[in-house]
Amino acid sequence: MKLVQERAKTKAVGESLIIQTAVRLMVPFIQLFGLYVIVHGHYSPGGGFQGGVVLGASFILLGVAFDLKTSLRRFSLGANAVMGNIGVLIYAGIAVLCALLGGLFLDYSALVRIIPLDPVEWRSLGIFLVELGVGLAVMSIMASLFWDLSSGGEMDEGL
Amino acid sequence: MKTLALMATLITGAILLYGTKDFAPWGDPDSPPNRHVSPYYIEETIKETHVPNIVTAVVADYRGYDTMFETVVIYCAGLVVVSVLRRTKP
Repeated sequence: MKLVQERAKTKAVGESLIIQTAVRLMVPFIQLFGLYVIVHGHYSPGGGFQGGVVLGASFILLGVAFDLKTSLRRFSLGANAVMGNIGVLIYAGIAVLCALLGGLFLDYSALVRIIPLDPVEWRSLGIFLVELGVGLAVMSIMASLFWDLSSGGEMDEGL
Repeated sequence: MKTLALMATLITGAILLYGTKDFAPWGDPDSPPNRHVSPYYIEETIKETHVPNIVTAVVADYRGYDTMFETVVIYCAGLVVVSVLRRTKP
C-alpha cells in the first residue's frame, strides 16, 4: 500500500494505471487493424490513408497515455523520418518506373516487364504497392506531427 | 491591407459561388458525369483492374495523379512542421 502511495506522489498528473494498462493491451490490436485496413483496401472500405491514420493514432495513443518518451522508444525519430520519405518515394518511384519501362506514368500494367503476370493482375498489385507507400507516409507523418506540436519541438515532455 | 485581402476573398468567393450555378442538378441521372463516367467505372473496373472495390480502383488507379499529390501535400505538411518546430537532432 505504501508503495502505491509513493508511486502516486511521484507520478505526473493525469497518469493512470487503468488507462496505461488498457492502452498497452489495445495498441497491438489497433496496429493489426491498421495493417488490415491497408491490405484489405481492395475488398472493403479502407486504403492507405485510413490505415496509415489508424497506425499513426496508435503511436499518438502511446504518447497521450504514457509520455512522449515511451512513444519515441517504440518509434524512433530516425525511423520515422526514413519511413515517411520511403513511403512517398514508393509511390513516386513506382509511377516513374512505369514510365521508364515503356508504359504511361502511373500505368501499373507496364510493370509486366519486371515480373511476368497478367497486366490486369499487375494493375491490382500496383494499387496495393502504392497504398502501402501511402500508409507508411501517413503513419509516420501523423506521429511526427503529434510529437512536434505537443512538445513544441523539444521532444521532452509532451502533453 | 486587411480590407484589400477581405475584398479579394469576398470577390473570389462570389465568383466561385456564381460558377456553381452551372453545375448539373444534384442527383440528376441525365447529367454528363452520370451518363458517361460512372457507368464506365461500374462496368469496367473489375475487367480492367480486378479490384472489387470501385472506390479503391478509382482513387489509386484511374485517379492516381490526384492521390500521388495528396500524399505529397501531407508529406509537405509534415516537413514544414518538422522544419519550423523541431529543435533536436533527428
